[in-house]
Amino acid sequence: MADLETFRAESRAWLEANCPAEMRTPMRGEKDLCWGGRRFQFQTEAQKQWLDVMASRGWTVPDWPKEYGGGGLSAPETKILKEEMQALGCRPPLTSFGISMLGPALLKFGTEEQKKHYLTQIARGEIRWCQGYSEPGAGSDLAGLQTKAEDKGDHYLVNGQKVWTSYADQADWIFCLVRTSTESKHGGISFLLFDMESPGVSTSPILLISGTSPFCETFFDDVKVPKEQLVGEENKGWDVAKYLLGHEREMISGMGLGSGIGTGASGVTLGPVVKPDDPLTRAEIAAFDVDALAFAAMSERFIDQLKAGEAHPAMPSMMKYAGTELNKRRNEMVMAAGGSDALEWDSERSKGGKAARDWLRSKGNSIEGGTSEVQLGIVAKHILRLPGA
Amino acid sequence: MMTLTDDQRLLQDTVRPFIAEEGAIKKQLRHWRDTGCTDGYGTALWKQFAELGLTGILIPESQGGAGLGAVEAGLVLEEIGRNLTPSPFLTTSVAAVRALEGSAQAERWFPGILAGETVSALAIDEGKHHDPAAVALAAKRQGNGFVLNGAKQFVVHGNSADVILVAARTAGSAGETDGLTLFAVEKGASGLGVEAAALADSSKAARLSFDNVALDADAVVGEVDGGWAPLSRALNAGRAGAAAELVGVAAGASEMTFEYLKQRKQFGKLIGEFQALQHRAAHLYGEIEIARAAALKAAQLLDSGEAQAELYVSVAKAKAARVSALAVQEGVQMHGGIGMTDEHDIGLYMKREAVLSELFGSPRFHANRVAELSGY
Repeated sequence: MADLETFRAESRAWLEANCPAEMRTPMRGEKDLCWGGRRFQFQTEAQKQWLDVMASRGWTVPDWPKEYGGGGLSAPETKILKEEMQALGCRPPLTSFGISMLGPALLKFGTEEQKKHYLTQIARGEIRWCQGYSEPGAGSDLAGLQTKAEDKGDHYLVNGQKVWTSYADQADWIFCLVRTSTESKHGGISFLLFDMESPGVSTSPILLISGTSPFCETFFDDVKVPKEQLVGEENKGWDVAKYLLGHEREMISGMGLGSGIGTGASGVTLGPVVKPDDPLTRAEIAAFDVDALAFAAMSERFIDQLKAGEAHPAMPSMMKYAGTELNKRRNEMVMAAGGSDALEWDSERSKGGKAARDWLRSKGNSIEGGTSEVQLGIVAKHILRLPGA
Repeated sequence: MMTLTDDQRLLQDTVRPFIAEEGAIKKQLRHWRDTGCTDGYGTALWKQFAELGLTGILIPESQGGAGLGAVEAGLVLEEIGRNLTPSPFLTTSVAAVRALEGSAQAERWFPGILAGETVSALAIDEGKHHDPAAVALAAKRQGNGFVLNGAKQFVVHGNSADVILVAARTAGSAGETDGLTLFAVEKGASGLGVEAAALADSSKAARLSFDNVALDADAVVGEVDGGWAPLSRALNAGRAGAAAELVGVAAGASEMTFEYLKQRKQFGKLIGEFQALQHRAAHLYGEIEIARAAALKAAQLLDSGEAQAELYVSVAKAKAARVSALAVQEGVQMHGGIGMTDEHDIGLYMKREAVLSELFGSPRFHANRVAELSGY
């Protein structure tokens, strides 16, 4: 225990000395995130400095092994570091799909060369990754994917299309699920890594009903991918994908709300925010606030159950379903309370149509990351054990 | 920490099988209903509660009780709800004990409650909707004591109670919380008219008439004009307790229903295979977990004495009632025709839910409270 206390004191001292003041102010949203990558434009010198100094200590990925660019910290040490960073208001130095998604998969399934090469790049924020999973014909049924990877001896030849690829137009590399065999649905999938600059790769941004989005369509036209860039065994990529999705789900649950979206930004109750001025709207919002506060209690309980190892493994599905549906309702209430003011689309008065755009964007919450219907099916099958689920 | 402590788990592990066995629907609810019992519950079971130390669960250890809190009482109530066990536990061991604690009247009634010999009721409502501040039943000074005139309704266990805690007005006007006084009125008091009404769930709730009911000064619980304090304690505890019982009703109804989905065959398959039912069942499961969390949160805040307790008590009561209503509705519907028969138990859950929903404030009352406490 004395060691942990020493670690805490030392970490705090180091953070105080090395975290620039600018990096201790609250972020204004996603635009303040540091994504890293070949083409990343740092907002300020301080942002770059913070990334560099944390990366040099391996603290962009504190619990990764040191030989892969990590800090080699234990779980309790990582927790302490996070607490000290939070106490000082330090922004995360690097946000990356490489850290949250690909890294854990490589740590489990990658070869030593792959780990040494890719993980260190991720840790230093040098390479930005995107995820190539869904296709126009493979959404909920992801395993039905058709992007083909033909065996050409020392490389694969990839042809096909991905959709909903977040930040594909800004990413350097992609981790991609491809079909290497048509003989088995789940057993014909492979997990490939390749450069987005490879000849034949192109992207096209997707405009949503709410406006611009980070989503893209990604096209592969005879893209050559060296065989060394296969992660895990050929045709065993579904195992990697499942591991990654499970990890993602756990991560989202760990954020406490099972949705990564939350039940609304400013506090839990809505009434004090929108201040309803007629009895019918007030009643609807009061009913909503009952549900929101009840869900807040559930979120707290869920975190405690997770920590105690008491949560059913399928509970994240229940939380994601309930949390996202609640968030959609919250946006509906905001629109109702906002009347025609909330319908404005791009004025300064309406903060660029924030209410309307948030309302529309929230409709995607119950679709992305596994639709509400899929989540209900998971609860029915794994918790209720209903037949044929 | 919203997981149960080891002691709480032990209590739950003791109480769950006990109430499932001794408090079972056939043994208690149906039995007392079908034999025309006037109390509406069994006194032998109340004695068993006493033997297990449950009747005095909230009574301080210094006064012979278990000295436990709302969380523990909630664990007992969830089982009572799950088994639809008719019992004076909520009104006596929870609401009345909280109202009486610290008062001189506590010395008078706690021993009987501990022994499983005393039952109490709360008389608050004067109209069809719960509205404690609107109490108008008049208590005028007379000599050394008071004389009460007015009426009460929805007094659960009012006809069998040994002592009824009556909210009356000694000052101010209806709508004000100042000027209320809580009185302990004993069974058989002269001028007290008791009309026992059987409710839809077979429980007995009384309509009371007070015709110059004379009480000594020592019948006052707490302070004259200061009745809102003990009344609030009783109501908050009663509401949190009712929320826990409602969660139990929902759990019992849904457990029965999910089991039915795995047994009933139509169209060559188990009806639980139909996706529409799977989704509704999964939705219901989640809602019950959320309601349970809300009830637990309310109980924990009451026990730790935090200011937020009142807000969460209303959240819990409103949420548990809404969710339980969904559970019993889906329960009857998914059972098909047999769900509509008296012979099947599922309909009994629907009837109990309706009564608990109204007790100590309906979901609408409490949603309004949430709005008020949140400042809108």
